[in-house]
Amino acid sequence: MAGIGVFICWCGENIARTVDVKKVAEEIGKLPGVTVAMEYKYMCSDPGQTLIRNHIRDDKLEGVVVASCSPHMHLRTFRAAAAREGLNPYKVEMANIREHCSWVHQDKERATAKAIELIAMSVAKVSKDKPLDAIKIPVTRRAMVIGGGVAGIQAALDMADGGIEVILVEREPSIGGKMAGLSETFPTLDCSQCILTPRMVDAGQHPKIKLYTWSEVEEVNGFVGNFEVKIRKKARYVDTTKCTGCGNCWNSCPQKKIPSEFDYATGNRTAIYIPFPQAVPARPVIDAEHCLKLTKGRCGICEKKCAAGAIHYDDQDEFVTEKVGAIVVSTGYQLYNFRAPETEKTKGYGEYGYGRFKDVIDSLQFERIVSASGPTSGEIRRPSDGKEPKTVVFISCVGSRDNNKGMAYCSKICCMYNAKHTMLYKHKVHDGEAHVFYMDIRSGGKNYDEFVRRAIEQDGALYHRGRVSKITEEGGKLIVRGVDTLAGKPVTVEADLVVLAAAMVPSKGAEQLAQKLSVGYDQYGFLSESHPKLRPVETNSAGVFVAGACQAPKDIPESVAQASAAAGKVLGMLSKEELTREPEIAHIDEKNCAACFACYRTCPYNAIEKAEVRDRRGNFIKMTARVNPGLCMGCGTCVAVCPSKSADIEGFTDEQIYAQIETLL
Amino acid sequence: MSEEVSKEFEPKVVAYVCNWCTYLGADLAGTNRLEYPTNVRIIRLPCTGRIDFNLIVKAFENGADSVLVSGCHPGDCHYNAGNYHARRRWMLFRELLATLGLDMDRIHFTWISAAEGRKFQQVVTEITEKTRALGPYTKYREICEV
Repeated sequence: MAGIGVFICWCGENIARTVDVKKVAEEIGKLPGVTVAMEYKYMCSDPGQTLIRNHIRDDKLEGVVVASCSPHMHLRTFRAAAAREGLNPYKVEMANIREHCSWVHQDKERATAKAIELIAMSVAKVSKDKPLDAIKIPVTRRAMVIGGGVAGIQAALDMADGGIEVILVEREPSIGGKMAGLSETFPTLDCSQCILTPRMVDAGQHPKIKLYTWSEVEEVNGFVGNFEVKIRKKARYVDTTKCTGCGNCWNSCPQKKIPSEFDYATGNRTAIYIPFPQAVPARPVIDAEHCLKLTKGRCGICEKKCAAGAIHYDDQDEFVTEKVGAIVVSTGYQLYNFRAPETEKTKGYGEYGYGRFKDVIDSLQFERIVSASGPTSGEIRRPSDGKEPKTVVFISCVGSRDNNKGMAYCSKICCMYNAKHTMLYKHKVHDGEAHVFYMDIRSGGKNYDEFVRRAIEQDGALYHRGRVSKITEEGGKLIVRGVDTLAGKPVTVEADLVVLAAAMVPSKGAEQLAQKLSVGYDQYGFLSESHPKLRPVETNSAGVFVAGACQAPKDIPESVAQASAAAGKVLGMLSKEELTREPEIAHIDEKNCAACFACYRTCPYNAIEKAEVRDRRGNFIKMTARVNPGLCMGCGTCVAVCPSKSADIEGFTDEQIYAQIETLL
Repeated sequence: MSEEVSKEFEPKVVAYVCNWCTYLGADLAGTNRLEYPTNVRIIRLPCTGRIDFNLIVKAFENGADSVLVSGCHPGDCHYNAGNYHARRRWMLFRELLATLGLDMDRIHFTWISAAEGRKFQQVVTEITEKTRALGPYTKYREICEV
């Protein structure tokens, strides 16, 4: 290819100090195909870009190499400049002679020689560059939110208010998530339900939000702008269109002693139930495992009591497919199970006696006990004998920051809710003692540290800096043995109730969902954002966004902020008629393809399709692999596995790379 | 060019690196001004999963004295699993190359993240020095001629 322009940047002194740019320009000018080779102080500056543009125009350049900094810094800049002058942006290459040359070498002669070789490699590559056009994909202007906790509700409302139709999928019978079960929230001690339930109602009644509760995502197909999500609507045994939510069924159900999931087993529910009175939708489900009619064929009382005729014992799981353009994942968290046996991936906390001692509970259970809507109507009663506990011990970091349990991270919210719990307890039991064992107090946030100080100074919470080694039970008391490392003394507290602040871990099933969505996750199962600083709500799977504690432990304000951010991103994306994507993706030479489908099995994005090749009359000729440009992210794994060399990747073709290598000789 | 600079043997090291981890690790080495020998020539690819082992053979054919393949750490792949594919392929290919008589001391595989500028410096320095000690890879060219 003739007509290659090479533009060598001084980067002020950054490059020119160690690389003899004049000599480089002189040597590069001798390369075949190069018609312009020049140096300039700042290529990325306005006059620098104008210089490049003028040469593209006046010298009719067909390819441009900019030898300057890393392509991660300025490739977009130079491609855009070329495009403005009518040169296809994918005919611009960079040679990294700053980060990879002038900054890491001292010897000017050697650095200059290396710079010449690096540029020659890029010249070889650009000569094999093909013009590429950005890929345009049509967009379905609907979005899905998976997980209807506070983050999911916020994202759904924001998107729906922005005019996008939203499908909200929740696997529990009601939306609301963990927040619906909290008592009061830090640092204002606002009633959690007072804040959340109106939002739940808004989401339930919004004309643009379609709610699927008691439903799970079964399968995800398609790609950014064009997802098809198969949803399994679990058998509810209640026709929600007929049901009025009157409550006759659950009030008359004889199965009354089933541990309530919503109360984390601190209270009971019936077999036909709504998880809590403010549930949205206020429509019950039948728990098929415990219903007498469904297990033993007896009873049937709820059917008789239902005036609306909404009970259907023969209900089956149902599948629906929804088309959406974007997906927000907000599947939240659960607490680390410290009852887990030692053999599991994460080891339990046998020494704290959870499960053995009825009065050792976790923080979410304490939330229910202290909540006005909880099983004790907000009166603090311990589970074993229903007595008011006079001494309560709160233990921080149960699982969190503990490498031995496989969780090196801080769960971030426990310091704050421990302080809150001591306050709520002291406000109700004035003569009670609230002890906290902690490693560090992490209370960064608006009004957060003041809140912790208030718990200690005004409400008299007793803080011990140290760990608890063991809890035993003696005569109805829990003997908590720990240490106060500031006093340098062992501490023993005779407690009536112990509350363990267990680590936040991703919700059950989050990894499987991530796999369905091709979203990455870390060793703990938290979903990976695209960039920790600059792309905090995007994932590396285009069109899939994250919000809330499924990405990392976070509190309510942060979850809500991230949810609104994700909603903003989705609204931005869906505001266009069609999406454009980088064209540096794989393609298959269908004539050559032997249809072995090694690529089909390897592709991490399921972007390879099995397609038929037919002649003009429609006669079948053969099978071939085909790349779905909406799904392909351009990793090139298919290229490496293709035995017939039919797969290649634009921008990094075999031809381009071979051309680069051949300059070595 | 290298003959003009120095008469002694200057190894040619080709580094196939992924765009998201090792390339950025090399950028970071630059930003931190971590000096290393001038012998390495980086070829940027989207992912180590892209590396067809023909590329390695091709590098030797064109006079490389050593080849480095480096990508994201396991679990960190920008494309979720490309580096695992590369690793699996590498395990097989290593055996094959050894059987064919290639010098396994000249082929290196490593993980360098975008945060590991210092590791990039160390790896490149070690490989260059090791290759310098091994001398030019004339044996490969001899195999080819047979």
